[in-house]
Amino acid sequence: MKVRVSVQLKPGILDPQGKAVEQGLHGFGFEVEHVRIGRLIEMEVPGQDPADVKARALAMCEKLLVNPVMEKASIEVL
Amino acid sequence: MRVAVPVFPGSNCDHDALHACGTVMGWDTIPVWHMETRLPEHTELVFVPGGFSYGDYLRCGAIAALAPIMADIRRHADAGGLVLGVCNGFQILCEAQLLPGALLRNESLRFIHTDVHLRVERADLPFTRAMKAGEVFQVPIAHAEGNYTLDPADLVDLEARGGVAFRYCSPGGETGEAHVPNGAMNGIAGIVNVRGNVLGMMPHPERAVDPKLGPTGGLGMFRSLAEAFAGA
Repeated sequence: MKVRVSVQLKPGILDPQGKAVEQGLHGFGFEVEHVRIGRLIEMEVPGQDPADVKARALAMCEKLLVNPVMEKASIEVL
Repeated sequence: MRVAVPVFPGSNCDHDALHACGTVMGWDTIPVWHMETRLPEHTELVFVPGGFSYGDYLRCGAIAALAPIMADIRRHADAGGLVLGVCNGFQILCEAQLLPGALLRNESLRFIHTDVHLRVERADLPFTRAMKAGEVFQVPIAHAEGNYTLDPADLVDLEARGGVAFRYCSPGGETGEAHVPNGAMNGIAGIVNVRGNVLGMMPHPERAVDPKLGPTGGLGMFRSLAEAFAGA
């Protein structure tokens, strides 16, 4: 099944990239605030049961995909 | 004294570490490829060098933390052996959870290469025992991700247990935001684990040890290690 893991910096963690992009957007005249930059990971995970696939994706986040000091993830099974 | 320097694809300060430990200090210093599963016998210090291991893919140090040699480095640390991680080596030790916290992008978003001053916060470690608490030494930094971060509650614990080994400061030893080059919390430049045998730092002491190449502010740490191993 296709799995999409969205990794975001936790609230409160400084995101200098987000801040720079926000300033860039302001430079073009866009009204925007709280820009945060994350990472999107897509993968194919064998299995039929979405709950089981999601549990394995969560284990992958804990082992490697996410650093819990600074990041949090949300998992979608498509 | 035997030193192992693990070399990952993308390490680029491994030769600085080999030069400092081998040529300058005269220690038996052995590069160890990341695919090895054992450190050389009787390794006393593992020097995890700087660079861009695995191209900094995913997060700095995240992939190197999974390299085959890391299991034996963890065993060495668990047995009380010394581990020093510099720059990317520090990032790797954090990702391997041998040290707490994480290194984020510099607040300025820029790669910073400059000399900095560090204040010794812990002078009782094998890495610092020839130095004095409060002593200031000058070493270079060269990094884009040196902004040390930890959960606020864990930061309080880290400070309370004396986990901060070095802090960025002025040449006179004053700390404070103005002297922090990268946004690191509490001006933290280097930390040590609870046991005191694993130390990670962003600045490069190994690049400041050879008078033929420039200032030698990093020598204090290497003299400390020499003392520690002489059992003085």
